[in-house]
Amino acid sequence: MAATPLVDLHDLTKRYGDGPVVLDRISLAAAPGDFISLIGPSGCGKSTLLRLIAGLSPLTDGTLRIDGRTPEEAAAELAFVFQEPTLLPWLTVAQNVGVPLKLRGAPAAQRLATGARVLELVRLADRANAHPRQLSGGQKMRVSIARALSLAPKLLLLDEPFGALDEMTREHLNEELLAIREAQAWTAFFVTHSVAEAVFLSNRILVMSANPGRVHTEVAVPFAYPRTAATRLSREYHDLVTEVSRILRSVETAEA
Amino acid sequence: MSKRLLNLLLPAATGVLFIAVWYAVRFSLSEDMQFLLPSPGEILGAFRTNGADLAHAALNTAEGALLGFTCAIAISSLLALALSVSSLVRVSLYPYLMMLQMIPVIIFAPILILWVGPGLKSVVVITFLICFFPLVVNTTQGLVSTDRNIVELFRMYRATRRQEIFLLRAPAALPYFFTGLRIAATLAPIGALVGDYTAGSSAGDGGGLGFSAIIYSSQAKYPALFATAAVTCVLGFVFVAVVVGLSWLAMHQWHDSYERTDN
Repeated sequence: MAATPLVDLHDLTKRYGDGPVVLDRISLAAAPGDFISLIGPSGCGKSTLLRLIAGLSPLTDGTLRIDGRTPEEAAAELAFVFQEPTLLPWLTVAQNVGVPLKLRGAPAAQRLATGARVLELVRLADRANAHPRQLSGGQKMRVSIARALSLAPKLLLLDEPFGALDEMTREHLNEELLAIREAQAWTAFFVTHSVAEAVFLSNRILVMSANPGRVHTEVAVPFAYPRTAATRLSREYHDLVTEVSRILRSVETAEA
Repeated sequence: MSKRLLNLLLPAATGVLFIAVWYAVRFSLSEDMQFLLPSPGEILGAFRTNGADLAHAALNTAEGALLGFTCAIAISSLLALALSVSSLVRVSLYPYLMMLQMIPVIIFAPILILWVGPGLKSVVVITFLICFFPLVVNTTQGLVSTDRNIVELFRMYRATRRQEIFLLRAPAALPYFFTGLRIAATLAPIGALVGDYTAGSSAGDGGGLGFSAIIYSSQAKYPALFATAAVTCVLGFVFVAVVVGLSWLAMHQWHDSYERTDN
């Protein structure tokens, strides 16, 4: 029997006011442990979908359940990573990572212990007392991910978190993200523009089309975890990247 | 030459050049016109003869400036908080805040004298009025300019309104607050001077630099008048220096404007 879905969307529809339909009757079930990438032309609503799941924006129609609850009720299980690191510049790295726990009223000792643990995960324990401006772009993003992990979320929502980084840094962070996932069983939704990144990270890729936003094709990624830098060298990986790129291009030309 | 040394030498050189030009102009004037521009030496002399009076007046003006400035900081911060919470409140109050800034001190001073009497109280109110606007505008702008993504992050983590204001919006507004504070710091001594000039009182040794200016100009003591202007400048520098110091304390560790660069 299939596991009960962690995220369950049924006929989810979104439009802003009287504007055009942004997301049109999306149905989707994410099993615990899924790593789902959302990819598609700009305007296909992939970021909007992520924001709906996060409860940052209300749905117009349909149902959305996380662990059987609404996003508001399930807020404690969710963490969101934005494209920008969104760190508080006046706080140190350790204090930034402690912000979610602080907002929840956790005592300082717990914030410190959790902070140290998640900074260890992203290999930034030695920069705990630095301020964000002293970090590189990749390091800032790692702090942002550490902050998201500090509440031990069941569901991690990532909105193009590595989009602004150079390719080498991005590949390293992809590998790190999967390594962290080995130790922590979260489920992820990952919005990206990079086919290579989507194939490397996910077990499911949803290629979306625009106007209105729909799921065009779902591609299963069969490679076993753990995946490493070597995965990128394999023939199967290249074939799948080509395949997904082809689908994405067909969606984009249908558009134009 | 090191950058630091150059940073000291260049302004010093400008100062020397300025004084040289000053003397040159002064001694090119015909004897009967030289009273128009006292030499720096004569002004120093005025400091010797009127030093005690000037120091006393400077302290009175500093007191008015400091009190008005402090009141403006406190009240503008509270008002900015209220304004930042609701755009309705902002829209309702903004034209009247502008009006507060437009009030001409010259006309308002006699009204103020009727209300609270001449002297320190009037000086404080006028200083307050002059400092208030840049503070409230900048602080409000800072409180509503918080990075939208971080605000959403706080909401996702179910931050309370109070947490959002004190852990996020207020610290994020600091750079804006200090911009307003710097402007207000240059205005405070001038505000107190104008206040003293228009609504001050010399009763019980209460006269400030504005009162000194009235006396010295009526007595044609021009070097003393220049000395009064110099004292006012120094007072302004002290105010700005304190604010620059506070700003450094609050932000040098994290704000980009304090980033050390090699060039």
